[in-house]
Formats: sequence, structure tokens, C-alpha cells
Amino acid sequence: MLEVYNLAVHYHNNWAINDISFCLQPGQIMGLLGPNGAGKSTLVKAILGLVPVSKGAVKFASRPLKRQLKKVAYVPQRNQIDWDYPITVEKVVMMGRIPATGWFRKPSPSSYHIVRNALEKVGMWQYRQRQIRELSGGQQQRVFLARAIAQQADLLFFDEPFNNIDLQTESIIFQTFAELKQQKKALLVISHDLGLTLNNYDRFLLLNHQIIATGSKQEVLTKENLQKAYGKFSSELGII
Amino acid sequence: MLISWLIEPLSFEFMRLAIAMGFFLGILGAVVGSYLILQQMGMMSGVVSHAVLPGIAVAFFWEINLAIGAFIAGILSALVVMLIQSRSTIKVDAAMALVLSSFLALGVILITLLKTHQIDLDDLLFGDILAITSLDVIQTAIITAIILILTKLFYKELEFYTFDPIGAKACGLPVNFLYFGLICAITITIVASMQTVGVLLVMSLLVGPAITAYLLVKELHEMMIIGAIIGVLSTVSGMYLSYYFDLPSGAAIVMIVFSFFLLSFLFSPKQGVLIRK
Repeated sequence: MLEVYNLAVHYHNNWAINDISFCLQPGQIMGLLGPNGAGKSTLVKAILGLVPVSKGAVKFASRPLKRQLKKVAYVPQRNQIDWDYPITVEKVVMMGRIPATGWFRKPSPSSYHIVRNALEKVGMWQYRQRQIRELSGGQQQRVFLARAIAQQADLLFFDEPFNNIDLQTESIIFQTFAELKQQKKALLVISHDLGLTLNNYDRFLLLNHQIIATGSKQEVLTKENLQKAYGKFSSELGII
Repeated sequence: MLISWLIEPLSFEFMRLAIAMGFFLGILGAVVGSYLILQQMGMMSGVVSHAVLPGIAVAFFWEINLAIGAFIAGILSALVVMLIQSRSTIKVDAAMALVLSSFLALGVILITLLKTHQIDLDDLLFGDILAITSLDVIQTAIITAIILILTKLFYKELEFYTFDPIGAKACGLPVNFLYFGLICAITITIVASMQTVGVLLVMSLLVGPAITAYLLVKELHEMMIIGAIIGVLSTVSGMYLSYYFDLPSGAAIVMIVFSFFLLSFLFSPKQGVLIRK
């Protein structure tokens, strides 16, 4: 179980996020929702220790998460990656095997097998020799999904995986999420979409610097909560 | 005819040493430079190469190895850039411009104050291949060997870090250690190249062969290998040009590096400006 206690991040005299506490159980997919600039990415980065945390604690399986980062897979926003980097699809996915391989070693034969399976699962095996620059946005996202699968992590974080992708990629991503859920993994997914895709999540966290609401769909996605988070009425947000 | 043209300069000791030096620097510059430009830190080589001056002045004054002084000052300059960048909203290019000129100015002041006027600024800025000793060549050969071994040992981690630093940190790789290692490698390369091409031109050896190869390949290790070949061809042919046409060696090398880049820029099969439809 992932436990977050009173997490806060302070940027230039402002609270980016403050007083964040929640739990995420194995086998659960949590949707992290909120308006632009609400601190969604900052929250994920704070959990992983990628940005300096002002206060709070993060535990996984009752121990500090910081000491077990090997169990974590993180898929960054696509715009954080230099897609002109000279690297092939297969090598990117093999990066997911680096924590398991360890220093000074070459990837084991089983790692090659795992990478192949992951690429086949997302329908990218035939592109394995392509340089990543030559892929479409959706294909690039699938490569990073394959990297997260290959890592065999227990805890997975996705930062806006659905931005600018095709429908085929979207359905592959949700299909993979469902499989990871069956394998008792815990997933935290940042999303913008307040439409039909919400049915793919078990839990929700509605954020606007602080937690507006957390819990099931019925508990979180109420008119009042959405208005509190977005400052707009739910009819304007296109909620179904 | 061609063979005697190639062999004749080798009858001089200084040319043999210069060509050996050029060979190692060509490899070193391309391998380290590949990481440098993929980190989008090409200008960092400019900062470090100018920032070595105060270190050289102090080392000269204390009569210790100039390379050690240069190395420490170079690392310090990179750390100052990092500090400004991480502790303020100032962008890295502005921080680099400020640090470059400030370290250079400090060097000029130290040379005046410590009365170390024997330092020949001209040689430092433009390089002097006549001054290369066999000890220098051995030193550079050892540095090249060490850097190549370290690159091999940490290849997959460095690739991960330079491609996706946040992802690498998220799964527990010691990114600060890898970053500092890269800064050390860059500084060592600059200090080793200084004598041959000078601080003003060393940027070319780090950036030129690497970006020329970048336009031709699809993987990092290919970039390093092709970059090293281009680097060696450039330094060695630059030495010959310098010998036959009595040109300053550093400038000759840099112009050849640029010529290779131009060829690749225009005619690269995948990305060439004149090839692309």
C-alpha cells in the first residue's frame, strides 16, 4: 500500500501543494484530476522525491518509498523527453530493465524476453529498430508504456499519458492498466479527461493545491467538488 | 608521391607527438562531446575552457602541475553554473555567459596580481603544438583509456540519465553522481586538449565531431564511434595542413571539423538539407 502523509511542496513563497494525505491499495487505479496548474505533476514528483519536499512522508509497504525506488515505474509527460535523442525503441524499453540488472552488468537473456513481451503487448515489436524520432505521438507513448511494463514495478505513475494520442493507443493503455490491476499493481494516473474514460479508474483524487476530495467516483465527482476545483459548473466541463 | 607527402612530416619529433596527441584528442572529444550535446550543454565546454585560467594562474604561482589547477577551476565554474541555475529562476544560458566572463576576468586579475606574466596567454588561447612533450602524449593516452573504460562500464546508466534524467532519478539511479562524473570528464577533456588547440578552440573538438555524427546515426554508441573517426581525421589532417601551409594548428583543426560538419549537414542520408525531400 502507498501511504502519503501531509505532503507539501513550497515554490518561491507559494504552496504548490499542501497537506496532501491519501492511500493507494495494490490492485487499484487512482485518477489524479484537477485544473491546469493545480500541482498534479508536482504531487507525483514529490511522492517520488524528484522535487524538494517541505514536509510530509511517503511510505510503501510500510517503509519509506525513497529506499525502494526500484519498485517504482514513472512515465513522464511526453514533452519532458528529447525525442531527437539517438536511441531505438528497443533500447528505450530495455532501460526499464536497468534497475533489475544492476551496475556493470549486461541485461540478462530473460530481460530481452521481458522487453520483447512488453513491446508485443503494446503493438510496437515491429518498430523495435526504429529511432524514436520516427514515431507518432501515440507510438512514443506506447514505447514508454512498454518500458513501464518491462520494469515489473509494483507502483506505477503516469503523467498525462493521454495527451495527443490516437484512439488505438488509448485503448491499449487502458487494456494494460486493467492487466496491471489484475497483477495487484498500484497505479496513479494524471488525466485531464473528465469524460467516459473515468470509468477505468477505481479511486479519484481531485486536486487544486490541496485535496478537494478523494474516494470513489460518486464521492469525488460531485457538482460541488468540481466547482470548488475548477471554479466552473460541471455542465461547462462536459461531464457525463 | 602521396605517401612521401604523408611521411615527410613524421621525420620531425614534434610532428610525431602532435599527431599522436591529435589521435587521442579526436577520440576523447567525440566520446565526451556526445554526452555533452545530448545534455544540451554544448556551451558548457565554452564556460569550462575559459574558466580554467584562474586555476592555471594559481597553479603557476604555487609551482604545481598546471593541469591540476585548470581542472579544479573548471569544475568550480560548472558547479557555480549549476548553483545559479538550481537556486534561482535564471536560465542556464545567462548563467553560463556570466560565469564564463567572470572566471576569465578573475584569471586575468590573478595573472597580474601574482605577477605570473610568464604564462603565455597566446599559447593558452590558441594552443602550441611545438610545446607538446612525450609525457603530455602519454598523459593524454592514459586519460583517453580511463574515459573509454568508464564510458563502457557506466554506458547504460549514462544513456538512461542523459535520455530521461527524471525517469532515471525516479527509479533510483544516483543522477547527481552521474552528472558530476560527466562534468569531470568534460573538464579533463578540455584540460587535455588545451595545449594543442587552445581554450578558444577546444569547444570545436567537443561539439563538432559529435554533432556531425549525430546527423548520421540512430544510436548513441554509433554517434561515439563515427564521431571519434571524424575527430581523429580532423585533428590529424589539421596537423598536416598546419605543417604544409604554415597555419596555426588549432585553427586548421577547427576548420576541418567544420568542413566535416558542413558535409554531414548538407548530405546526411536521413537529415541532410540537400537530401531531404
